[in-house]
Amino acid sequence: MPNLIEFVGRVSSFGFRVIGDAIRIPFEGSQILSHIIEAGYKSLPLVVPAGFALGTVMTLHTRNTLVTFGAGAMIPTVQALAFFVEIGPLVAGLLLAGRVGSGIGAVLANMRVTEQIDAIESLSIDSFKFLVVPRVLACVVALPLLTLFMDFSGLLGGYLAEYSTSRASFALYMRRAFADLQWANFVAPTLKTAVFGFIIGTVSSYFGYTTNMGAAGVGRAATNSVVVSSLMVILADVILVKCIFFAFPENAL
Amino acid sequence: MSGHTGPAVVFDRVFKAFGPNQVLRNVSFSVPAGNALCILGRSGTGKSVTLKLLMALIKPDQGSIWVDGDDITRLNPGGVSKARRKMGFLFQDAALFDSLTLYDNLALPLRRLTQKTTAEIDFAVDDVLRHVGLAGDKDKFPSSLSGGMRKRAGLARALVLEPKVLLADEPSSGLDRITASEIDELLLRQKHDKRMTVLVVTHDVHGARRVGDQFAVLHKGNLIAHGTASEVESSGDETARKLISEDYPA
Repeated sequence: MPNLIEFVGRVSSFGFRVIGDAIRIPFEGSQILSHIIEAGYKSLPLVVPAGFALGTVMTLHTRNTLVTFGAGAMIPTVQALAFFVEIGPLVAGLLLAGRVGSGIGAVLANMRVTEQIDAIESLSIDSFKFLVVPRVLACVVALPLLTLFMDFSGLLGGYLAEYSTSRASFALYMRRAFADLQWANFVAPTLKTAVFGFIIGTVSSYFGYTTNMGAAGVGRAATNSVVVSSLMVILADVILVKCIFFAFPENAL
Repeated sequence: MSGHTGPAVVFDRVFKAFGPNQVLRNVSFSVPAGNALCILGRSGTGKSVTLKLLMALIKPDQGSIWVDGDDITRLNPGGVSKARRKMGFLFQDAALFDSLTLYDNLALPLRRLTQKTTAEIDFAVDDVLRHVGLAGDKDKFPSSLSGGMRKRAGLARALVLEPKVLLADEPSSGLDRITASEIDELLLRQKHDKRMTVLVVTHDVHGARRVGDQFAVLHKGNLIAHGTASEVESSGDETARKLISEDYPA
């Protein structure tokens, strides 16, 4: 237990340092942009097919039940609400934790082990601001965008599954999908992924930047980055859902 | 340009421990400006730690460390950053940034720390690369460089900000005799042509004798001998005499 408290304290301190350094010049614009491309654009081949497949599977599973209760017309609505409110943000967060979190952990740990971080410091460059802050900010920016791709590809997958059975038109499906969707169902859950991005970037950077175990530390940093950031994303989701319900009561379905 | 006229580097009663492992015990030495000090010792005796303390990458538990007139143990982060600009560090495995080309490895500190234009940066990088014999390799990534080329590239990056003090950690480790000799020659040129103060940590006695004006021998965290080669050879400590003997295997 003392170890857990110490760990939480260290990661929190690391996160506060990220926030402090993020609002201090220089702003590392080019570094942030290149990491947004790395974390965001290069994650699309993972996020879009995953969303599409999830959307398809979800429709295949829910369709029979809804039709049994005479609620076949609700399929697009259920699909849209499920993706925009919870599935899209959470699954996009977990996918980013797996792909980008492990990468950040491994790269920074490798840089620590091979003295590249010391080399940056020896050149009078603040290694934390140069290496950590852009990666965390890139995750904060990229994850909400990836979530949108996850949401819409899930909706598309759901439509194709529905079309294969009922031959519903695309326009009708989309009209029903968005008929009961309010802005609060869309904006708050999407923006909460910025918090997920901060958690993934901070936790992964923490494990990579602070490793001190030689080559073995690289693998351990990558593994810990994925495991801990995934767990923290899920825990944060529980807390943030309660916060969203409090701020937007109409969001509580 | 500081008007400091005393020793370029002073270690004053420095202690450093990592947990229960006392790495340096009461180590004191000084290096006059323009001189080369070679630090000798068996593995794990605190040689590399000495360089990292100088670069303020780690802090001593006790004692003070002066570089060009600044006590780097008492500086704030901004002061440490300024002090580091007076030093260049050649790391043991060069520590080149593997995601950047050789050109970008050298241009990075110039872009961030100087007001030079792109053309001036191009000129400075080309000049340093030519100086270390890598003029045609600037577009290569570190992974495609040989061990000797990586050392040269690491040296080029250490020199690109024109430091007053050059720190080299095992500059000839893992290199054949001829390549090691070429690296030693480059270190000598910094001392002779640019009046740079050079501190070299090495196991290579042959190279150390070629480059060094002074020698410091560390053993189990203690400085057991310090002085010219003949002074160390005539010291009363057998370990020091063995470590500076060219007949003793590295």
